[in-house]
Amino acid sequence: MTRILDIRAGVYHDSVSLMQVSASVQKETGVRSALVAMATGLNLDVLTGMGFAEPESAGPNDLLIAIDADDDDAIGRARAAVDAALNARAQAPASGFGDAPAPRTVGSAARRSPVTIAFISTPGQHAFTEAMDAVDHDLPVIVFSDNVPLEREIQLKLAAGRRGTLVMGPDCGTAVLGGVGFGFANVVRPGPVGIVAASGTGAQHLMSLLDGAGVGISHCLGVGGRDMADDVGGISTLTSMDLLAADHATEQIVVVGKPPAPRVAEEIRAHASRLGKPVRFALLGEAQPDLTAAARLVVEALGGTWAEPRSWAPPTGPATMPAGGHLRGLFSGGTLCDEAMIIAAEALGPVRSNIPLRPEWALPTDLRTDGHAMIDFGDDALTQGRAHPMIDGSLRAERILAEAADASCGVLMLDVVLGHGAHPDPAAELAPAIEQARHRARAEKRELAVLVSLVGTAADPQGLDQQAERLAEAGAAVHLSNAAAARHAVSLLKEGHDTAQ
Amino acid sequence: MTPLSDLLETEPYVATAGVELFATTLSSQAIPVDTVDWRPPIPGTETALAHVMADERRAPANAEALARMLASTAELVDVRPASAALGLEPGEFLHAGPPVDWDHASGPLRGALVGAMIFEGLAGTPEEAESRLSSGTGVSLMPCHDRGAVGPMAGVVSPSMWVFELRDEANDGTAWCSLNEGLGKVLRYGAYSPDVIDRLRWMSDVLGPLLRMAVRRRGRVDIKGIVAQMVQMGDEGHNRNRAGTLMLLRELLPDLIDSGEPSAKVAEVVRFVSGNDHFFLNLVMPAGKLQTGAATGIEGSSLVTVMARNGTDFGIQVAGCGRRWFTAPANTPDGLFLGSYGPQDANPDIGDSAICETMGIGGFAMASAPAIVRFVGGTVPDALRTSRLMYEITAGENPAYALPILEFRGAPTGIDVTLVARTGILPQINTGMAGRVAGTGQVGAGLVQPPAECFTAALDALAELAGDGQVPPLRSSG
Repeated sequence: MTRILDIRAGVYHDSVSLMQVSASVQKETGVRSALVAMATGLNLDVLTGMGFAEPESAGPNDLLIAIDADDDDAIGRARAAVDAALNARAQAPASGFGDAPAPRTVGSAARRSPVTIAFISTPGQHAFTEAMDAVDHDLPVIVFSDNVPLEREIQLKLAAGRRGTLVMGPDCGTAVLGGVGFGFANVVRPGPVGIVAASGTGAQHLMSLLDGAGVGISHCLGVGGRDMADDVGGISTLTSMDLLAADHATEQIVVVGKPPAPRVAEEIRAHASRLGKPVRFALLGEAQPDLTAAARLVVEALGGTWAEPRSWAPPTGPATMPAGGHLRGLFSGGTLCDEAMIIAAEALGPVRSNIPLRPEWALPTDLRTDGHAMIDFGDDALTQGRAHPMIDGSLRAERILAEAADASCGVLMLDVVLGHGAHPDPAAELAPAIEQARHRARAEKRELAVLVSLVGTAADPQGLDQQAERLAEAGAAVHLSNAAAARHAVSLLKEGHDTAQ
Repeated sequence: MTPLSDLLETEPYVATAGVELFATTLSSQAIPVDTVDWRPPIPGTETALAHVMADERRAPANAEALARMLASTAELVDVRPASAALGLEPGEFLHAGPPVDWDHASGPLRGALVGAMIFEGLAGTPEEAESRLSSGTGVSLMPCHDRGAVGPMAGVVSPSMWVFELRDEANDGTAWCSLNEGLGKVLRYGAYSPDVIDRLRWMSDVLGPLLRMAVRRRGRVDIKGIVAQMVQMGDEGHNRNRAGTLMLLRELLPDLIDSGEPSAKVAEVVRFVSGNDHFFLNLVMPAGKLQTGAATGIEGSSLVTVMARNGTDFGIQVAGCGRRWFTAPANTPDGLFLGSYGPQDANPDIGDSAICETMGIGGFAMASAPAIVRFVGGTVPDALRTSRLMYEITAGENPAYALPILEFRGAPTGIDVTLVARTGILPQINTGMAGRVAGTGQVGAGLVQPPAECFTAALDALAELAGDGQVPPLRSSG
């Protein structure tokens, strides 16, 4: 064991630097303890505590270097380490201030920036907390997330009402504010129609049809699929109607959604009559006009001329259907699935589904049947842990091939939704699957007809015509009207059935 | 103007949380977007968070709590023995942190209690003191916070010790804190050797009475004003109190000199105060207690009013749960050590001084005291990042304590347990480190964080009080 005590008179370093130097010296192998410190009274006490004799003349302006080590080599390494550490401190490079950490909550973002609206797409069980934070900061909030409990939705909307703001959603798939698209949103021309939407894909389809007919959109405010149910009471629908009534760009208000609960319907209609602007209802359900018919009514009410939405035929039209062929629909949009089921069921009878029109038409959990069936791949249960089918079409592509292998499938119907947020090139994902499916069916001496309802506008980033042409080349009949596509499918089956008779 | 009046008229500025794609599509439309770096909350807090977020009382209660904290004043009004100021009887001892008994007390707290027994004349030797403390006869322990007081490190206050008395006239509050003994071997770090006891006697015989005379002659001293200045002079008010100490001395010096006391005594006092860079800590702390305590008992508020440690447990209180403690085992600080001491010598986190962070300075004001960050081998950007991060868990900013390097942004104030649970960010505390063994004294200084369990337990309690029972538990799927 050996020890040294150096005193460097008049060499000053601050105490924090010296504690770091001491720490680095103590890491040297063979060093038992080390003190590198100014010779203050306190440090002289520490020095004697280490077993050193107190130096005769050392004061607060003198540097103490005390090292207790196993041998002279270790002392040498320790001294070198002291000098290196002291010099290193003198040469520490200047560094910048760094960036502020990103906001970790909506409230933090709201306090930092001139935020005017929040958009929440966290997993559902966390969405309420984040949305309430937005409301607390007086922000309108779009809640894209689904799986928010109904009670929480009500609390959120009541809180928004108290603070004079608006909750769009939960499960609000689309919104357009002054031409800016939120969530899944088509690029629509500006115009006189303001939409209040309790259905995301319903609103997208309506907007796309209006845009195709030359009628523009002022705003589209999503309110969530349950807003017009009894429990919620239309809180966001009523606020949204007021906003559109006060908006100078809006001439015609359209409310899109399933038929409201009777009490809510009464209140909404009474409210509509006081707005001073015409309000139309595009209600989705059995015995209601389909969305294409609703779009036509809006266009004509505004003095426009209605032309049937465009369609693209495949290079070789499908031959007649074999008897016993069934309709299979594979959808990404719940409302589009609903609308197609209503049209098909009226003509063909029961259509089984994971979102059935009637409880007794529910598909088993494996989603398989020999009869007519339509599946909403955007349903909560099928999007757990994976991307929405509008973003990732791989699950649907697999199912297309599976249907092709199923002799009971005669007609396949798909929706393809374009716009912001959707897959950048859905045709590139689906067209090869369609080609393969038709090829496979032909190999088994069957004809598989494929119909696509394409929801999009000419200005959508994916390119409407390119998408339609690519899908048609693959062998699909492409319709810009979902109802027209569904009717086409029905007619093919009826025709095939009749031929077989 | 309502939040909605401009919604359809002006270009949106969007805050997004969740799927990145939707932020990207907004940016691609040339819309300004602030993307929240959203992450799931501390596991298991989802349900309680929703209950507390749904509590209608929360937002107005937190606004009220923050308003009271920001309005709080802190004036030194007197210096008195604890027996008179706090009504402490012989055998009554206050200590730092949440409640603890002798059996569970850590080394430094035991050491400080032993020293206080000897100082009070209740025991002649350390052994006698220990045996009386462990049997509990004629001895009672109570947290400082439960009496409106605060004490650094072990925080032991006995009847004969002198305390500062501070008033908050805005909220009609009073708080007390002992006088700081200096660094090294001192009672608050658990040392009880004869020199420690002699110093305590001198503080009661000379220091306390002279300070009282100076304060009474001069009139009230605006402590809040000094804190405001010190955070602009390199102090963060917890581990660095150099500027604050000198400014206090500047306030008291004329009346000390003019007190008529022998100049040798005055010189002793001045030498003691100016030679102890931490003297002012014991005035920052009661100022913090006044500030945060002003929110105690506001129903529905999720803001933290106390963070304190007793060397065994870390405890917090939240405004909406009154004086209820939420405790969990304390962590051990990480930092630099004096002499040959090392991590194995350090006691778990101890002291009421985390009131500094609770009020928004100390570790929260690292940006104002970059020197402190080197205690853990950090850098100046680390200090700035730490302060900026603390804004993520606080309800507001205190313009009285402005941080120049952050463009005079106010100190992050009002720790919200919902924000701690949502972000998983824990308060950053600067602290001294006491030796694990009773009688050792200080072994180092560094940084420490509270255990997350204190905050989740407080959140659960707030959720119960929210009375939102009709809502079923959140579904995990479907």
